[in-house]
Amino acid sequence: MSVIPLSFLDLLTAACLVAGLAGLTVLMHLGLGRSILTAALRTTVQLLLVGLVLETLFSHAHPLLLLAMALVMLGVAAREIMQRQHRRFSGWWGFGTGAVSMLLSSFSVAVLALVVMVGVEPWYAPRYAIPLLGMLLGNTMNGIALGLDRLTATAWREARVIEARLLLGCTWPEAVRDIQRESVRAGLIPVVNAMAVAGLVSLPGMMTGQILAGSPPLEAVKYQILIMFLIATGTGLGTLAAVRLGARRLFDDRHRLRLDRLRA
Amino acid sequence: MDRGPRLEIRRLTRRHVGPLDLSLAPGECVTLSGPSGAGKTLLLRALADLDPRQGRVLLDGVSSRDTEPHLWRRRVGMLPAESAWWKDTVREHFKHPDKAETERLGLPPEVMGWTVSRLSTGERQRLALLRLLEIGPRALLLDEPTANLDPAGTLRVERLLSDYMARHGACCLWITHDPAQVSRVSRRHLILWGGTLREAPGPEHAEGPS
Repeated sequence: MSVIPLSFLDLLTAACLVAGLAGLTVLMHLGLGRSILTAALRTTVQLLLVGLVLETLFSHAHPLLLLAMALVMLGVAAREIMQRQHRRFSGWWGFGTGAVSMLLSSFSVAVLALVVMVGVEPWYAPRYAIPLLGMLLGNTMNGIALGLDRLTATAWREARVIEARLLLGCTWPEAVRDIQRESVRAGLIPVVNAMAVAGLVSLPGMMTGQILAGSPPLEAVKYQILIMFLIATGTGLGTLAAVRLGARRLFDDRHRLRLDRLRA
Repeated sequence: MDRGPRLEIRRLTRRHVGPLDLSLAPGECVTLSGPSGAGKTLLLRALADLDPRQGRVLLDGVSSRDTEPHLWRRRVGMLPAESAWWKDTVREHFKHPDKAETERLGLPPEVMGWTVSRLSTGERQRLALLRLLEIGPRALLLDEPTANLDPAGTLRVERLLSDYMARHGACCLWITHDPAQVSRVSRRHLILWGGTLREAPGPEHAEGPS
């Protein structure tokens, strides 16, 4: 593989483009100049920090270090899921529903891929494990956030219908069956759409990166297909688990709809 | 037929209501009134086990705690003041639509094929009652079941309910603000006031202290 190294000047040139865009929005009174510059600065600082962390991790492939990094990523993703909910579960459940679902889906799919498909030695080699887990977590997080948001928002809006079904003798799974189905669909549609148009509308980021780094296109494509399948599986399992956990939490042991467990 | 109470409430307490004790005999209809916000609907919801509460509720001597929640709600059937519908047509909400009962309530025979969106409030209320009776509850909790009906429709609903209770030995707790209805459908009238139940001396006191 041959990577053409980027110089400081190359990055500075790209930064000038962004600065130019910010200047243009100021001239047009769009009120976006400060936001663009702040976001650009954050990108630079955050990615440089991650770069430093990865450099350290790659040179010390200790499983405990990797585990710590993975748990930090999981925690940040679970917090992000919680913050994207219009009406989220109160208490530990707000954080826990997303965290447990991602642990069940992203982590197990990532370990399976590392051990069975990529077959790298040791299986936790950070160069493979961290980017793979990152891609899985990022996508699973989106699916879970969309699915849970649909579930809680619909339950809140349709409380009268759900209770009418309970009053007619439905059990809790019967009372929210269609809402659960819609919520899983909402979480899964983006990843299904992404698979359907992959390569036609846009070149997926990972494949583009590998090609830029000098990989033969067909090798990059094989990796991309693998990743797509893993992402679809991870997102599907994660969303199913989160919606099921969330739906259960909406009811107590007497099958009563407990909207008091949600907070606006 | 057994002589014990059909529905028995012991020290029932929930927020704003109780502790309450009440017992309804098989076939008995008890009317309930009280000022808005007194907790009448909350009481019915607690009896249907739709909200958390303390105390015991027994149907034919069996506690709600010893009954699966969905079975409890089939046996202790509550009709909310506002009905909810989730399918497109009326028929999809029924297991075995009964044409005769539908006509008894003054609804046209073809109503089962109608879309829910074209039903009036009164039609929805009567159909919701039929939908509830279809599952055969032994105790009925009715939240102003004739609030949107004209006098003829109101009498039809009262007759249908009276027949149902006589046929099944079902008891009924019926929220109403209409003194004439109280005297027509019940011999016992209760007023919920300040979280406690008081027996009204006669049907003429339907509206209670206010």
